[in-house]
Amino acid sequence: MTAADAAVRSPHDPHKLGRARERIDGLPKDAGRGQGGPAPKRIIIAYGFWIFLLSDIVMFSALFAAYAVLQGATAGGPTGRQLFNLNNVAIETGCLLLSSFTCGLMMVAAEARSVLWTQLGLLITGLLGLGFVALELHEFADMIGQGAGPQRSAFLSAFFALVGCHGAHVSCGLLWLGTMMAQLLAKGFRPTILHRLMCFSLFWHALDIIWVALFTVVYLLGAIR
Amino acid sequence: MFGKLTWDAIPFNEPIPLISALAVVLLVGAVLGWITVKGHWPYLWREWITSVDHKRIGVMYCLLGFLMLLRGFADAIMMRSHLALAHGAGQGYLPPDHYDQIFSAHGTIMIFFTAMPFVVGLMNFVVPLQLGIRDVAFPTFNSVSLWLTASGVLLINASLVIGNFARTGWLAYPPLSELKFSPDVGVDYYLWALQIAGIGTLLAGINLVTTILKMRAPGMGYTRMPVFCWTALAANLLIVAAFPVLTATFAMLLLDRYLGFHFFTNEAGGNAMMYVNLIWIWGHPEVYILALPAFGVFSEVVSTFSGKPLFGYRSMILATMAICILSFMVWLHHFFTMGAGADVNAFFGFATMIIAVPTGVKVYNWLFTMYGGRVRFETPMLWAIGFMVTFVIGGMTGVLMAVPPADFVLHNSLFLVAHFHNVVIGGTLFGIFAGYTFWFPKAFGFRLHEGWGKAAFWCWLVGFYLAFMPLYVVGLMGMTRRMQHYDNPAWVAWLQLAMVGAGVILCGILCQVVQLVVSIRRREALRDVTGDPWDGRSLEWSTPSPPPLFNYAVMPNVEGEEAYWGIKQRALRDGLAPEPRYAAIEMPRNSPTGFVTAFFSTVTGFALIWHIWWMVIAGLLGAFATFVWFAWRDEDEFEIPADEVARIDRERRRVRQDVLLPSLGRPA
Repeated sequence: MTAADAAVRSPHDPHKLGRARERIDGLPKDAGRGQGGPAPKRIIIAYGFWIFLLSDIVMFSALFAAYAVLQGATAGGPTGRQLFNLNNVAIETGCLLLSSFTCGLMMVAAEARSVLWTQLGLLITGLLGLGFVALELHEFADMIGQGAGPQRSAFLSAFFALVGCHGAHVSCGLLWLGTMMAQLLAKGFRPTILHRLMCFSLFWHALDIIWVALFTVVYLLGAIR
Repeated sequence: MFGKLTWDAIPFNEPIPLISALAVVLLVGAVLGWITVKGHWPYLWREWITSVDHKRIGVMYCLLGFLMLLRGFADAIMMRSHLALAHGAGQGYLPPDHYDQIFSAHGTIMIFFTAMPFVVGLMNFVVPLQLGIRDVAFPTFNSVSLWLTASGVLLINASLVIGNFARTGWLAYPPLSELKFSPDVGVDYYLWALQIAGIGTLLAGINLVTTILKMRAPGMGYTRMPVFCWTALAANLLIVAAFPVLTATFAMLLLDRYLGFHFFTNEAGGNAMMYVNLIWIWGHPEVYILALPAFGVFSEVVSTFSGKPLFGYRSMILATMAICILSFMVWLHHFFTMGAGADVNAFFGFATMIIAVPTGVKVYNWLFTMYGGRVRFETPMLWAIGFMVTFVIGGMTGVLMAVPPADFVLHNSLFLVAHFHNVVIGGTLFGIFAGYTFWFPKAFGFRLHEGWGKAAFWCWLVGFYLAFMPLYVVGLMGMTRRMQHYDNPAWVAWLQLAMVGAGVILCGILCQVVQLVVSIRRREALRDVTGDPWDGRSLEWSTPSPPPLFNYAVMPNVEGEEAYWGIKQRALRDGLAPEPRYAAIEMPRNSPTGFVTAFFSTVTGFALIWHIWWMVIAGLLGAFATFVWFAWRDEDEFEIPADEVARIDRERRRVRQDVLLPSLGRPA
């Protein structure tokens, strides 16, 4: 290696780790991994948020476990098969899956820095989420009206807690979504706003994944049992 | 208007809680008054309450832990003195209703509000320094975590004077903890205090996992991290995986209590056994959340005070991660007697015994680190040696109880109580004290007084054996835990001996208080000028004591295990490395978000406990407003100019050159 080579290489190898280091966004390519030094902020935020989502999924897993234990404990009350309206659930699922798709489009628009399309994406995502929550509340009200509320049996307690916890997450997501729309309007595409939109979309997709599990375990298996 | 809250909630007719609560209120009032008179509020607000600096937050966590140690110990000595009296015709001085609250509060406070804040505080303070970085991944959330924990502390202590605490034991097993059998606010205090503090702990866990996995200094690969960082990683992974289960379990019990659900009730198909399973799926990892960082402290201490690299560094990592995984596979050993059947019990019995293997690896590694080393018996090392002896005894009684047939005899006896105090005091608490003494000079710039530290150690060690060995004996004689009164004359002498032991531990705690006061008063004589008072081996000792806000002027370049030891030896051989080029540093701005969030969570929690619904709504709205207000902030960082960085770091280099290197044998 000539001196000139070394001079060219040294800024890419500031810690003398003995290998040429490609740089992305001014940071070494291997930043955040192995011996590469701290990751860029965007990665740190997304990584931390992923860990949070994992912890949230662990929390859901405890509720799923409780549901699995208690689903037969109907205490002489109605079973899932008698209560679940699969048409309603199909529309709910459609709303939520579609909202995940529009949420993805919203992120594409944000990458393209289009305020209008991003806001529109957020709005449609929010409306679909709102539709989901409304349908779920309607379902709950219906069940409670039939005397099949959470106090009726351990099975219904577990059902309302598990499905309701997901619904509460979606509702919090809607609150977050509204806040993001206001923030985007007020502040435009700052890095912090982009980070938050990224976290929001991760959150929204994670709720979708939980819903898929919930739909399968609670409604589909419940309807055939 | 005020839900269930009336004047009846104040225990006017119970002198013990009333007087102690008055004393606490007066003491806190006096401290707050003193701060006000002296005009310290602006300083406290600016430098501590709103601080997002991981070092300050770590110190505040430890302070919280120490205060709650005093509270939890007050409960302990009340129980021991009561039991020394309450036999035969003697009734002791605590009525059953109060006694039940005391043992519940003792367990809850010691685990959640003494051990946890201490351990999280040490990790918070030390991990970024050891990784060679400037702060944790999410500094503001770090502050939120601290203040949410403080919010839980406030609620649990409010139960002393407003209403009452749970009488259910520290894990609040249903159906006893259900509304039907615990209709007053005690269990609600327990649940909401722990839910709020639990969210804080979860955030702290996410923060440190992200920090350790994504923010190490250049060159700091996984197999170059100090073992304390590894144990912190394992503990925080456990937090992330286990605390959500606790949250969900408590949420289910809350739904039972508040909305008439039937998760754990006796009626309508509820299943109380499920609670016991769920709570221990959190509970057993929790044991290791507390123990692993303590193991990390001992690894650092033993290696430093033996003047040798840690023996079997990689096997230590493997052992740590093995414990991390195995800790999720043993929860059922807490209730072999539930009747899951011989096969299930056998599986969990074996799994439990297997955990002793990596733990044994660790003990041998520490011993081999000392072997052939030049061991310095300073206070941190004394705690480490005391730990090794004590913890091995506790571990062996644990393996004994891992045998299901033996456990059927010992379950819920004082033998069990002696066992877990044996491992939690001998493991976690001694580790905390070792870490406290070890890193105190790093945090404050002066050492703790050695003589008082040694006195505290010997009192704690002797007191521990006096207090808990008798409990093994009465446990084997058949005494069950949580008894308020007993008639067996054979137990009396043992319980009186245990009472003496608690008194000796009290002397130990007093020595620690005196040590702190004496050390602060003589801080000039105890000053740590070099930043490296113990001839340390990891990066935190390369900073001045106390470290500057930004920890490192230039991020260190790690070239092997024991990063700082390598740098130091090179400096001794070749002199200091040439002066780096200083650049301006971006640091996170202070933020009152954590404090304000905790304020609203305390309000919400209190309102939920007492069913004051309008206040619940107000508290939640306030929390949401705080969140939006925080999100609206434009500037979240400020810049420390390069000149300032250079000035601070040149001073550090000067001290290294003129004081540290000559003291280590290099001519100036």
